Amino acid sequence: MRKGLLISLLAVSVFFSFGCSKGQIVNISGSTSVEPLSQELAAAFMAKHPKITVNVAAGGSSAGIKAAREGASDIGASSRDLKPTETGLNKFVIAYDGIAVIINKDNPVANLSVDQVKAIYEGTITNWSELGGHNAQIVVVDRDAASGTRGAFVEMVMDNNDTIIKTAIVQDGGGGVRNTVAGNPAAIGYISIASVDNTIRALKINGIEATIANVANKTYPIFRPFIYVTKNAPVGAVKQFIDFVLSAEGQKIVEASGLVPVK
Amino acid sequence: MKGAKDWREMIGWSSLWLAAGLSVLSLGAILWYILSRGLSAVSLEFLTQAPRRLGSEGGIFPTIVSTLYVTAVAMAMAVPVSLGTAIYLREYMRPSPAERLIRFSLQVLAGIPSIVFGLFGFTFFVIKLRMGFSVVAGGLTLAIMVLPTLIRAFEEAIATVPREYREASLALGADRWQTVRRIVLPTANPGLLTGIVLAIGRAVGESAAVILTAGSAMRMPVFPTDQARTMTVHLYILATEGLSDVHAYGTAAVLIVMVLLLNQLTTVTRARRRGEPRTR
Amino acid sequence: MKSRRSRKFIEWALLGSTWLALPALLLIIIFIFLGALPAFESVGLGALLTGEEWRPTKELYGLLPSVLGTLMVTGIALVIVFPVGLGLALFLTEAAPAWGARLIRRALELLAGIPSVVYGFFGIIVLVPVLRQLFGGSGFSAVTGGVVLAIMVLPTMVTLSEDALRAVPSEYRAGSLALGATHWQTVTRVVLPSAIPGISAGLVLAMGRAIGETMAMIMVVGNITGMPTSLFGPVRTLTGNIAIEMKYATGIHQSTLYAAGVFLLVTIIILNLILNSLFRRREARQ
Repeated sequence: MRKGLLISLLAVSVFFSFGCSKGQIVNISGSTSVEPLSQELAAAFMAKHPKITVNVAAGGSSAGIKAAREGASDIGASSRDLKPTETGLNKFVIAYDGIAVIINKDNPVANLSVDQVKAIYEGTITNWSELGGHNAQIVVVDRDAASGTRGAFVEMVMDNNDTIIKTAIVQDGGGGVRNTVAGNPAAIGYISIASVDNTIRALKINGIEATIANVANKTYPIFRPFIYVTKNAPVGAVKQFIDFVLSAEGQKIVEASGLVPVK
Repeated sequence: MKGAKDWREMIGWSSLWLAAGLSVLSLGAILWYILSRGLSAVSLEFLTQAPRRLGSEGGIFPTIVSTLYVTAVAMAMAVPVSLGTAIYLREYMRPSPAERLIRFSLQVLAGIPSIVFGLFGFTFFVIKLRMGFSVVAGGLTLAIMVLPTLIRAFEEAIATVPREYREASLALGADRWQTVRRIVLPTANPGLLTGIVLAIGRAVGESAAVILTAGSAMRMPVFPTDQARTMTVHLYILATEGLSDVHAYGTAAVLIVMVLLLNQLTTVTRARRRGEPRTR
Repeated sequence: MKSRRSRKFIEWALLGSTWLALPALLLIIIFIFLGALPAFESVGLGALLTGEEWRPTKELYGLLPSVLGTLMVTGIALVIVFPVGLGLALFLTEAAPAWGARLIRRALELLAGIPSVVYGFFGIIVLVPVLRQLFGGSGFSAVTGGVVLAIMVLPTMVTLSEDALRAVPSEYRAGSLALGATHWQTVTRVVLPSAIPGISAGLVLAMGRAIGETMAMIMVVGNITGMPTSLFGPVRTLTGNIAIEMKYATGIHQSTLYAAGVFLLVTIIILNLILNSLFRRREARQ
């Protein structure tokens, strides 16, 4: 008897909550590179709008785009531009970011050309000694295929041709790549410039330092847009949030996060 | 002849002691490694605050609530169904092809990998039934997952009730349901509780199924339709993103302590004196 | 006194909840199969099972690397868990002092309850660097995964083996000892052979658990997309493949993940059929 009461109570509350208005919710999911920025933007936005809840989840750029299209999320966050096949979506560029090629701090190599990075990821160069480093087999670290960072990397470094070697270690998220490279003197990986910290070192590419300033003045060769996509034209809380992100205040947060604001 | 066998048998017995020592040592090593680093991270703030900076700062309070919430929803749905099934299988049903089919289904369900449950839960609850990433979707998926465990535990508990109890009750004129309700269930109570605690343990430890159904947004879930990030999912994200080793250790430590507590609970429920039959 | 109708109603309610189990299973099987159908049609079962490269960006959906990866980590886990688990079970039934047995059983219960991500976490923090020091490479490997799995399925193996050993009738032991055999001889020549079906069941159950592990594997095996080359090199498991790609896969790509789910389901069903025949053999012996 008691159990029956419990179930009915639960069922009733479940049905109620489906209809109740509980304050508005904005669901964002997608790129792990954009996630820190989204969290900061969400926190600032929710401080100004206490009745709106902004949920930020990860999953990878392609996951975010898919979620937006299928309605599982209100906003899909991506760290790469949309592909020609990804039609029927509204796109909002919220920031620009560069991709840093990172190596372990014990690795003496300081500068590589884009072609050399491509060769490493294709498997043509296999030992650090070929590049002036120690005699060690290069451990190539890659992102999973949902990653926008990977998509942008393939587009800009691999000339839009996915020939990354099959023996690359695949990590689920930019932090995972950074972690792996930090722990392995022979590893090489790529992450958002905004995610670079002092556990690893970012290589100079074509002699240019991997800094956000160099992305802004377009001298650093590997960069990509951060975008928010929605299925329908944004209305209500979603529109309020995107307007906030693109406003001066939102863009200041973009800059504070180590990214290039949209002009 | 005995002498020739002696050294070989000694090796045999020693290898058994070796296996035992190895196992205890590895468990000890794991526990010590994580707890020693993790417990230092666990403070009142850690347990009661929300996380900041993607989890590298702050606490894990929302994840604790999420875990309890999703588990509670799962148990609320699984316990009645499992109890009903266990009672029917033990007290009402006779061996038949139908009964064997049901038992086989339960056996297979028990072995299905959690990721397949996650796949199913995502397709059916999140997308098809339009629940979105939510506590309900996660709870329903977990409910199906723990169903076999619960049914098996409940059945065992019911089976330990002596036949004489049932026969005496029926001889006194009670029908089957009255017997079940007033004699069998109260007597089986400790075993039933043990089963529930075991299932709770399984639900708390689940990650693959939950990440695909309850989501991973770091939020405090209030309504069953909210997204939730459980402690296990949080630990996975912390560990793979390498955001904060300290917080990862802390989360792992809290999980281990939870398991320890649940284990203690099963010892208590098992040792409880067998529930007295209600004879009003 | 309850009316006849309410008694019938209760019986129907109980029957109803019982018949939820079968439809739940069927629902899962149907949904996964339906999801996999497009992949079977356009990519083909053969290409899926024997294709050697997994590169969705180029529409290559070979699951063979993942299947091999799963077999490798499971195999390593079973190789470790069989002797250790059986040894531990024998220890508990034949050699352990009472306090030792209690300690070990508590330890195993604890081991069994720890969430898999905690083991994966331990794997990343401790095992991966250790294996990198010992064997070079990156530390992410099938061996790393196998060791983690072994720890995870140990309680299962020990519990079932212990049950099997205890189920051996005491007359067998008594008879053997009466004939002059030593304790060790009794154990190895009388008790063990009699317990083989139950022990095998333990192994099969452990195998099922190992095949199904997801998160811990993603954390320690490296998740490469190509064919595995060595036990000490990185691999990808079938379960890990599904979990990593599921969030973003669309169309045919998503369908291939359901196909991977189908492979897992079929494997589990087959393992269960084997398990059943083993249990029937054990009952026949007694």
